[in-house]
Amino acid sequence: MSRVLPYPLLTAALLLMWLLLTSFSPGQLILGAVVAMGASRAMASLQPDKPRLRRWQIIPRLLGIVTLDILRSNIAVAGVILRGGGRDRRPGFVAIPLELRDRTGLAVLACIVTSTPGTAWVEHAPDTGVLLIHVLDLVDEAEWVSLIKHRYERLLMEIFE
Amino acid sequence: MSHAQDLPGWAALATAALVLLGAALTLIGAIGTLRLRSFFERIHAPTLGTSWGTGAILLASIICFSALGSRPAVQEILIGVFISVTTPVTLMLLARAAIYRDRTEGKGEVPPRAAPRRPD
Repeated sequence: MSRVLPYPLLTAALLLMWLLLTSFSPGQLILGAVVAMGASRAMASLQPDKPRLRRWQIIPRLLGIVTLDILRSNIAVAGVILRGGGRDRRPGFVAIPLELRDRTGLAVLACIVTSTPGTAWVEHAPDTGVLLIHVLDLVDEAEWVSLIKHRYERLLMEIFE
Repeated sequence: MSHAQDLPGWAALATAALVLLGAALTLIGAIGTLRLRSFFERIHAPTLGTSWGTGAILLASIICFSALGSRPAVQEILIGVFISVTTPVTLMLLARAAIYRDRTEGKGEVPPRAAPRRPD
């Protein structure tokens, strides 16, 4: 079983996606199954760590928090741009020491930080765990560190570690 | 839109408002890409388009096609997932290229390669 289907969940998700993107027919089902199995075999040769969800119940809460935060910073950044770049605004880098080590968790954090206008993921050092982000409107450096650490990292560590 | 007359009023209003909101956010993002000063400021602007710019237009699409009852709204969710998963790849690639350039040239306010620092 594990030789033929190394990632059953991934294969099922790919097949489902294929059927959603095309219209359902027996031909598409077979084609989708072949593509999904081929793709998950290719994935197996990359030998990724199997991500494990420890507490998936928190995911909706994280999703809600992130959606609202992104909406808020959309408004903030749109305001900065419409005010003509903001002469008194001070952009800058913030270094955040992360305790999160799980690779899937870090990938999700990267998606969150990047999708939020006003913060951009610049560099993460895997040896020290220090994450460098760029902030468009830097008022208080410590506030950003505690925002990332307490708002997102804590939840991600609960989910993935 | 050949089915526009079948759309109930509230759905038409919501769809129009959300499409306008998404388009406006994307436009503001594009303007920001032009007007902000440094590279690292400019990479913030397009994320307006990839976050709620896309999100609002997708919501409009979900409302429109759910109200028409023509198909379930799953494709929009897939589009949203794909965009939010793939945007970081391009952005990180660009940011790392820029930070490498700034460090080798020794200019800009780019901090040196992360040394452990504990503010707390």
